[in-house]
Amino acid sequence: MPKRSLRKTSFLGSQKLAPYVFISPFIISFLVFGLYPIGYSITMSFWKWTSNGPQEFVGFRNYIKLLTSDPFFLRTLWTSFVLMIFGSGLQHLFALPLAIFLNDSKIKGKDFFQLTYFLPYITSTVSIVLIFSQLFDENYGWLNYILTSWLHLNPVKWLNNPTAIKTSIAIMLNWRFIGWNTLIYVAGLQSIDRSLYEAAEIDGASKVQQAIRITLPLLKPIIFFTLTLSIIGGFQVFDEAFVLLGGYTRMGGPQNAGLTTAFYLMAMGFEFGRLGKGSAVAWLMFIVIILLNILHRQIGHREKRRTA
Amino acid sequence: MQASGLVNSGMLMKKIKSKLLSGGSRILLYLTLIVFAFIFAFPFYYVFVLASQEGTNMYTFPPHIFFSSHYLENIGKLFRDIPFARNFLNSVGIATTATFGTAFFCTMGGFALAKYRFKGKKIIYTFMLSTIAIPVFLNIIPFFKMMVAFNWYNTWLPLIMPGLANAFGIFLMTQFLEEAVPDDLLASARIDGLTEFGILMKIVFPLAKAGLAILMIVTFIGSWNNLIGPLVFLPEKMKTTIPVALTLLYNNLEGDRGGLMAGNTLAITPLMIVVIAFSKQIIAGLTAGSIKG
Repeated sequence: MPKRSLRKTSFLGSQKLAPYVFISPFIISFLVFGLYPIGYSITMSFWKWTSNGPQEFVGFRNYIKLLTSDPFFLRTLWTSFVLMIFGSGLQHLFALPLAIFLNDSKIKGKDFFQLTYFLPYITSTVSIVLIFSQLFDENYGWLNYILTSWLHLNPVKWLNNPTAIKTSIAIMLNWRFIGWNTLIYVAGLQSIDRSLYEAAEIDGASKVQQAIRITLPLLKPIIFFTLTLSIIGGFQVFDEAFVLLGGYTRMGGPQNAGLTTAFYLMAMGFEFGRLGKGSAVAWLMFIVIILLNILHRQIGHREKRRTA
Repeated sequence: MQASGLVNSGMLMKKIKSKLLSGGSRILLYLTLIVFAFIFAFPFYYVFVLASQEGTNMYTFPPHIFFSSHYLENIGKLFRDIPFARNFLNSVGIATTATFGTAFFCTMGGFALAKYRFKGKKIIYTFMLSTIAIPVFLNIIPFFKMMVAFNWYNTWLPLIMPGLANAFGIFLMTQFLEEAVPDDLLASARIDGLTEFGILMKIVFPLAKAGLAILMIVTFIGSWNNLIGPLVFLPEKMKTTIPVALTLLYNNLEGDRGGLMAGNTLAITPLMIVVIAFSKQIIAGLTAGSIKG
């Protein structure tokens, strides 16, 4: 009997206490590495704060300056927005049909396709950029070779023309994430009852009709989820732009065409020592992401009401 | 088997018609899938082609498409130009430590959320999920200041510690352990006198293997590919990891890209081997996790 009471009170022995102990690393880690720096970052954003420390409380001046007189900030928002649409959004137009094809019960070599579609997703951005920078080479790259020699078009200055720079980054994003989104959609498609398609087939519905009438409506929650991820991720592109366009020294190339908002805040924080301003950029970026998600949700709801 | 389905000639006609139609569209379907497979696979092939070219002869018209014989020469150049062996070991060390640490703390947290009833569990769970959406960039600047204050700058710690008990990993393990660990087993272990920590170590971990494998591979990949972390916290050539080392080399390149391309093959290959070996489990585990989320 005394042994039992000992067990009840001993650390990690008690069934009541144990779950709190087990989850405590997360709580502690969130407080230290999550909440505290977030609070710190809010504070910083209201100060003129350089690498030497805080200089002056400036209230909303960092924010106001960024939104009104900063020569770069609004353009970085535009760059991030463009990349979100053409880099992260566009890929779903490829991924969905590919998933429907791949989910066809009669397709052979499914494992091979899934593996090939998965590999870009697990490859580091640096590795991808190093390969694509060769493909994008103006005079000797494969892309311009195909454009000029096969299609008889003009070569594109992939890394020197502002529009082409955004296109290059978008191409890399599409290349990396189309396959991954395809696989998520395939997993979603597998949860759809096959008998629905069999019934539709008996009724004489074509494959395209089946896709529009059965697949898309049932896949809506997953499409909403993947689009949410694309909005969050697409607006925060940094690695691709940073490595492809020569880091902090070139700041996104000609006319800063590849300078995304995340790139700008990293440069403020870690190259120019403007920590307060950088923090304000981070919060504005966060707010924009939240607004975009609210907008996305509103559109989603309206869609639901329309189809209901 | 096909013949048994054919009852009359009308049906036969219908079957043949649909066969023909689906035959044509099937070719189109395969063609699309193969074209995309080619687009996704070609850059991987191409990096090995480039790594095997003579460094000064990287740029030709038309571009290279076949292997040449200078791969080892380029590898040698890489190891002469930068401390690549060190960078490689740094990457391996950081990724391995992060992987095992994360496996431990996330299984522990997941066990708490999956198998105990306690006050505040729902709030913690919902709160934890909402933290996944917080962008890294929101606190990277103050986090850097903190790491300097902790004396963790120029060490592996900022790259490992914050992720040990991470929300995504705990979520993944909670989902997995809910089904993988039967409640009866826990009850009988308690009757046998195992402590709660003993149960975690002796019962939960062995049963968590399949889920752990996915978590560990994901963690390893994330750490191996991480650019921002080492870029901010380990900028020194000797101390940094492969992605930063290759970025530095790329930015300071003068003409000869042989070493760079060879280095890139060494950056890609280890993950490739792991992923090809376990691709089915990883893809199934990861996509299922996203759909549930």
